[in-house]
Amino acid sequence: MEKHLWRIITGGLVFAAALILDFNDGQLLSNSWVVALYLLSYLIVGSDIVFRAIRNIFKGQVFDENFLMSIATIGAFLIQEYPEGVAVMLFYQTGELFQSHAVNKSRKSIAELMDIRPDYANLIKGEELFKVDPDEVKVGDQIVVKVGEKIPLDGTVIEGNSTVDTSALTGEFVPRQVQVGSQVLSGCVNLSGVITVQVTKEFEESTVNKILDLVENASSKKSKSEKFITRFARYYTPVVVIIAATLALVPPLLIDGATFNDWLYRALTFLVISCPCALVVSIPLSFFSGIGGASRRGILVKGSNYLEALAQTEIVVFDKTGTLTKGVFNVQKIHSIDISEEELLELVAHAEIYSNHPISQSLQKAYSGPLDSKRVTEVEELAGRGICARVDNKKVAVGNAKLMTEMNIPYSKDQTFGTIVHVAIEQKYAGYILINDELKPDVVETIQKLKAAKIKQTVMLTGDEREIAAKISEQLGLDNYYAELLPADKVQKLEEIYALKSPHKKLAYVGDGINDAPVLALADIGIAMGALGSDAAIEAADIVIMNDEPAKILTAIKIAQKTLRIAWENTYFAIGVKVAVLCLSAAGLASMWAAVFADVGVTMLAILNSFRALNVQNL
Amino acid sequence: MKKTFRLQGLECANCAAKMEKDINGLNGVKEATINFLTSKMVIEAEDEKMDDIIASAEKIIKKYEPGVIIKKV
Repeated sequence: MEKHLWRIITGGLVFAAALILDFNDGQLLSNSWVVALYLLSYLIVGSDIVFRAIRNIFKGQVFDENFLMSIATIGAFLIQEYPEGVAVMLFYQTGELFQSHAVNKSRKSIAELMDIRPDYANLIKGEELFKVDPDEVKVGDQIVVKVGEKIPLDGTVIEGNSTVDTSALTGEFVPRQVQVGSQVLSGCVNLSGVITVQVTKEFEESTVNKILDLVENASSKKSKSEKFITRFARYYTPVVVIIAATLALVPPLLIDGATFNDWLYRALTFLVISCPCALVVSIPLSFFSGIGGASRRGILVKGSNYLEALAQTEIVVFDKTGTLTKGVFNVQKIHSIDISEEELLELVAHAEIYSNHPISQSLQKAYSGPLDSKRVTEVEELAGRGICARVDNKKVAVGNAKLMTEMNIPYSKDQTFGTIVHVAIEQKYAGYILINDELKPDVVETIQKLKAAKIKQTVMLTGDEREIAAKISEQLGLDNYYAELLPADKVQKLEEIYALKSPHKKLAYVGDGINDAPVLALADIGIAMGALGSDAAIEAADIVIMNDEPAKILTAIKIAQKTLRIAWENTYFAIGVKVAVLCLSAAGLASMWAAVFADVGVTMLAILNSFRALNVQNL
Repeated sequence: MKKTFRLQGLECANCAAKMEKDINGLNGVKEATINFLTSKMVIEAEDEKMDDIIASAEKIIKKYEPGVIIKKV
């Protein structure tokens, strides 16, 4: 790199000297000396290109940019356009230098963005502490995490308490309290106290490694724009070279008074612009930057293709519980018949003991007494309806109205707002528990802003009752909702919504990534929310939002739109300038100087432009 | 099986695209991707042909960019 730069500077100085002497019109030095100076500067700057061109021809690689640049510049010398010959080489080399510098810099800055990889772990062996590579730590080993260190592997705290900062994973600074028994995730930074952690996952499987892998490999799933550019590049060079050859040979033979030198100059100008470099570098760079920027905001995009699809999204379908609402239910009211309220809750909490459905969780939490799994037998979970189990040998059925209807149990139809969990004991109606879920704080604003971000339709799917769905939908200003859906119905509904979409637009589905894997897979883009710590969700989705703020959906869409806009700007700009200069030079209106700009300048500008995709802090 | 390599000194994006195309054309390759920006090459191919494929891939890479060093990750 350094050597390269010095060669350009020395060559440039010699070239400048030659130019000055040239404009002196042979008063200081004779013409042949000036030519010799041009030649010297050319050799200083471009000999490696010519050398590479020759070597590559022997390797069977004819039309590469080294060859084309050599032909263009040597050709310029032959028709005595010496300054052009040197200048083209000089600018080309400067451009190459800049390009490799820019690429290295972007490689580095993206690596920095993802600098969440822990370097070491403090492994406890006997009484002593050893600094080891996180790779060497095994499941069950104990490690110490000091204040200010990154937690290197996923595990459980067995000693000490502290607060940890998850911002490296979620993009948002939210300190989290941890104490003995808490799960901690690798990649978080320990903020306040020394903790000892028992490792539960090897480094390979740990959160931080999974995330890094995902982002690093994301750009191997290429977007349509990238594929287009690759295909374009494949045809572009041969086409330009063929036109150049035609320009050099045909017009001088057919047109009266056309000089060979004039047309050869035009043809050589073509060769200067024949490399598709600007496009080939800048489009993937835009996507890479976009994905890197998104990961900094706690949004993992698994491929350039998904980022592209997200930018074209027209319909966003949301799951309700846990996505739009907090997914934390509070018991509002217990209405019991022939049994005390406390007893009813006790039976219900036990029946739901094995379920991790958000409603079950909240019912268990509402019951203050001890839970004893020995009292529970014959548990049967009925998807979308509820649970049947034997508690203290009594048959308890807990679920929605559908379950009661199926079991032929008449139930209370009190007009109340909220989710009603009906309970039957030994086939007899025993009352209901009214629970309520709350909307997430920023969700109303997010839905409104999505509209402004060109999302035409927002739709909610829920297993919950129609009245609740209607009320939430109205509160949020959603375009549509489908309620009382069983998990299987969600797939069918999504297909129906899919049919409403315009042909070239996309549909995104947002869920928790755990209970809705089939729906996530069906949508063009499956987005999982609140995925931190859930491998299943990270596996299932195309785009993973680490924390559970709905606003991040908007952020993701905006990042995608910005990235795509930059990619297209680069495409239009680069192709536009090249085609314009090609036309002008065919007509004899553009000099080689213009051609060098079209090649090198455009590449530089396009690269600089693609860096903008990295800057997503304010989206 | 899938193998990942780091291509140290990969400098030219267009060359990377050409390498990728040629390697994908090799017999037995299911999918090969070269990521110019991370300098990573991933080859997915039939197990028994993997060694031959890697040797051919190395030749292809050297043809376009002789300065590249191929390292197994």
